[in-house]
Amino acid sequence: MTESSKKPLPVVDFLKIPESGDPYLEGYRCKSCQATFLGERTVCSKCGTRGALGPVKLANRGKLYVYSIVHRSFPGIAVPYVSAVVDLEGGGTVKGNLIGIEPDPAKIRLGMPVEVVYKDALGRKDKEGNSYLSYFFQPGSA
Amino acid sequence: MSDVYVVGIDMIKFGRFPERTVPQIGAQAALMALDDAGLKIQDMEALYCGNLYQANAMVGQRILQEIGQTGMPVVNTANACATGATAFREAWMAVKAGAYDLVLAVGVEQMGKGLLGGGGGGSGIPKEGLLGSGTMPAVFAEAGMEHSRKYGTTFEQFAKVSVKNHHHSTLNPKAMYQLETPLEMVMNAEMIAYPNTKLMCSVNVDGSAAAVLASEKKVKELGLMKRAVRVRASVLTSDPWQERDLVMPDVNTCTRLAAKKAYELAGIGPDDIDLIELHDCFATAEILHYENLGLCADGEAGKLIDEGQTALGGRIPVNVSGGLLSKGHPLGATGIANIYEVSTHLRGEAGKRQVPDARIGLTHVIGLGSACGIHVLEKVS
Repeated sequence: MTESSKKPLPVVDFLKIPESGDPYLEGYRCKSCQATFLGERTVCSKCGTRGALGPVKLANRGKLYVYSIVHRSFPGIAVPYVSAVVDLEGGGTVKGNLIGIEPDPAKIRLGMPVEVVYKDALGRKDKEGNSYLSYFFQPGSA
Repeated sequence: MSDVYVVGIDMIKFGRFPERTVPQIGAQAALMALDDAGLKIQDMEALYCGNLYQANAMVGQRILQEIGQTGMPVVNTANACATGATAFREAWMAVKAGAYDLVLAVGVEQMGKGLLGGGGGGSGIPKEGLLGSGTMPAVFAEAGMEHSRKYGTTFEQFAKVSVKNHHHSTLNPKAMYQLETPLEMVMNAEMIAYPNTKLMCSVNVDGSAAAVLASEKKVKELGLMKRAVRVRASVLTSDPWQERDLVMPDVNTCTRLAAKKAYELAGIGPDDIDLIELHDCFATAEILHYENLGLCADGEAGKLIDEGQTALGGRIPVNVSGGLLSKGHPLGATGIANIYEVSTHLRGEAGKRQVPDARIGLTHVIGLGSACGIHVLEKVS
């Protein structure tokens, strides 16, 4: 198998890449109190109920809750970038890079609609040379 | 149960001491606090030591190896930026419970320069700059933007916090910096994570602070009541569940919970407080805590800073030490250093920055992850 034909790995466990169909983000929802978590878990930390959590497919649309424009980061990390917290439609809050918009506070509107898109993880590879699929936010239609 | 008192307290001038060890830095403040009380290490029945970066390295015992190995019990605490406050609180609880009459609490930290937080961890590839930012300036920028979103708080209003705290530090010889930073200078400083510029980020410094706590019986027996400071409330909380917790550490709910408990325990309200040292790790954070601590109604924090109400001479002075922004933020020492600042005012010994007639003060720290520690302190005589 050549390097390029390898399937990319998910950047986080809650990004699911099905055998067929599009990638998506997976939450875990408590059947007792409806709290939504990212990643698999067995106990709800909101209400303490055990064994009442099940997977839910999170929406690919949401609204920008807050952001920061990062101008200084760790060595080797390209700046600037927009760190964004997004509330997804139907529940679940996710953090990621907001792309496709100028990193300028005058251009970014709190509450603006965004959509989740799935792309290669900025060319970053692990020690074994594996590529990763990541998620990003980009401005969406209302 | 009778009250617990601070009878000796001090901090070293914060700075950078790469040539010294953590126990050496901690030992210095410990000796200063003992001297302030006029007591010896042999008088102490237990030591509570707060340090974060060497949490697995028995820092408390190593401090005693510097200043006196009496065989006393030592408890080492780590609770992020609430580490020092946690050590102080453990000391307070032991005396409150009647286990001891005289104990020592020390907070100490040696910091590198540079950004805190982020970095990633976990398997795979680095996530910083890919899944947003985990750097502390960005995390607290986002927390500030939540306030902007709700109430329209501006970059300029956040920046004014730094102008104020840097001004305060010009009156504090123990602060890392004593420099005036006018508004244009703060706003035009290097942008780290909008809206936090470099001058709106706390300073990574080395430092230590220590306190001697005593039971009421012991304070009277030793004749130390004159300069004693009464601990009216000691509260520690963790973060209750919030819907955005997983991606946005919440410093608000745990502070509100702690403030409510502290006011109840002390039997006072925010209007009774004469000065506050709160956790201004970033300028954005101070604005949030005005409301979290009940200094004003929700949505009015911007107005509070605009009107100078939290400056020295204002209605409720906040961070007259210079705060973490200018005094510096040695993580494990911070919680005791802010108790030192408030105690110094209650004793009427704060010199040029003295808050006149200060009778009751409040200290607040947040350890992200999260822990909130609040202490209410009162002048005795």
